[in-house]
Amino acid sequence: MSNKPEKKEVETTGHSWDGIEEFNNPLPRWWLWTFYACIFWGVLYTIAYPAWPLLSGATPGVLGYSTRGQVAAEIAAVDEANAGINEQLASADLTQISANPELQSYATNAGAAVFRTWCAQCHGSGAAGAKGYPNLLDDDWLWGGSIEDIHATIAHGIRNETDADARFSQMPAFGTDELLEKEQIAQVVNYVMSLSGEAQNPEMIAEGAVVYEENCAACHADDGTGDRTQGAPNLTDAIWLYGGDYDTLVTTVSQARYGVMPNWNARLSDAEVAAVATYVHGLGGGE
Amino acid sequence: MGILDKHKILETNASLLFVFAFLVVTIGGIVEIAPLFWLENTIEEVEGVRPYSPLELQGREVYIREGCYVCHSQMIRPMRDEVERYGHYSLAAESMYDHPFQWGSKRTGPDLARVGGRYSDEWHLDHLRHPQSVVPESVMPKYGFLENRLLESTHVRELMETNAIVGVPYTEEMLENAVADFEVQIDPWGDTDGLLERYPGAQARNFDGQPGISEMDALIAYLQMLGTLVDFSTFTPDASR
Repeated sequence: MSNKPEKKEVETTGHSWDGIEEFNNPLPRWWLWTFYACIFWGVLYTIAYPAWPLLSGATPGVLGYSTRGQVAAEIAAVDEANAGINEQLASADLTQISANPELQSYATNAGAAVFRTWCAQCHGSGAAGAKGYPNLLDDDWLWGGSIEDIHATIAHGIRNETDADARFSQMPAFGTDELLEKEQIAQVVNYVMSLSGEAQNPEMIAEGAVVYEENCAACHADDGTGDRTQGAPNLTDAIWLYGGDYDTLVTTVSQARYGVMPNWNARLSDAEVAAVATYVHGLGGGE
Repeated sequence: MGILDKHKILETNASLLFVFAFLVVTIGGIVEIAPLFWLENTIEEVEGVRPYSPLELQGREVYIREGCYVCHSQMIRPMRDEVERYGHYSLAAESMYDHPFQWGSKRTGPDLARVGGRYSDEWHLDHLRHPQSVVPESVMPKYGFLENRLLESTHVRELMETNAIVGVPYTEEMLENAVADFEVQIDPWGDTDGLLERYPGAQARNFDGQPGISEMDALIAYLQMLGTLVDFSTFTPDASR
């Protein structure tokens, strides 16, 4: 400072720290006025928006803004924009959706979004399923692959306790409940594996056929093709939900499996259920 | 110029400067924080919210110990995308018995505020043992060891009493039945009437399908009740918030 020529005379603040003094330059005008404008803006803001705490609540603000109001308005706007087509979808005859290209396209896209949000965690983002969670891409269905069947499964779920119309079946736990001897379970597993062409011990197969006939055929059918009305899987197609190797099948027969699916009618709208049914039906295996 | 010219006194006296700076910060703090204690709409009254059952509380302890909150939030914000993905936005009342709250601040995994009932127990079991077996793209670590860590009922009551000290309204009856409620919640043959009366909406079953009360049971019991207590079909939000 000291070796620069001073443009004009500026007073000091009068403070002196070890001989160092401070100029008392005025604040730049643009800065000062911006500062005042901010204060003014702040006052207006607290009038316009919820701000000052009073006895029972904050002042609501003259604009009537609230975060809840905003999200409700946004959702209402989208709902309204889609109301026509959602109404159409919710009330449509499911088998006729594919006849209406506009509806079909909307349902497939909306269904894909629903699927990725709600279904992908179990059935996989590509719908190929995982151990214990069915693959939805193939044409092997536990409870039926027509769009009505798929719709009913999605809406009411499987073996949940929250929907009285949930699909329900209960295979006996043949080992845990001591309905079959260990030897008999080994035999029937041999037989079941032979149904899908997995060659096993021929003697065991012959004995297993008898065990099968007496214990399994009522649900899985005489030829092992299953029964969709009871959710009894087809045993001849080499598609396995929990695994088709010997040890896994012994576990399945011994303990039985009770996979659960939630009833989505409680969480999704009718239109969303119809949309995701359309999407799943269109993945490739739909009948 | 009066008082404005007195700043030299403060600026040349560090202790005094500290005292006055503290006063100013205190005033600011009181203005921002104090109204929350009297405003009636800070926590709106909502039907259904209850203290955690003893097993759920233990599960919450596991949740906190394992640092689940580092990757999972429990706070659905009032925004359309969040509401469509996770369900109704969270209400303050839904975490009023959380000490400490688990709102979190980062979502490496999804929000869990309404995860209750969204998946089956078996899914939670599969997923906690080996997340990638059901969600291949997941980066979540495995928590299968929780199955092997059995919980004792020794400190269940103390845990509830500790929560009661910081304001959770556990009644004398709840405390007396702490151990019984803790044990009956995973007992498929047990009499759960008392449990369900004290903790409506509690999920009672053997969550991991194995004997004994493991940390896995407790954690799944906790996860399966998250966000399920308020019946939103009868709830009308106070709009002025």
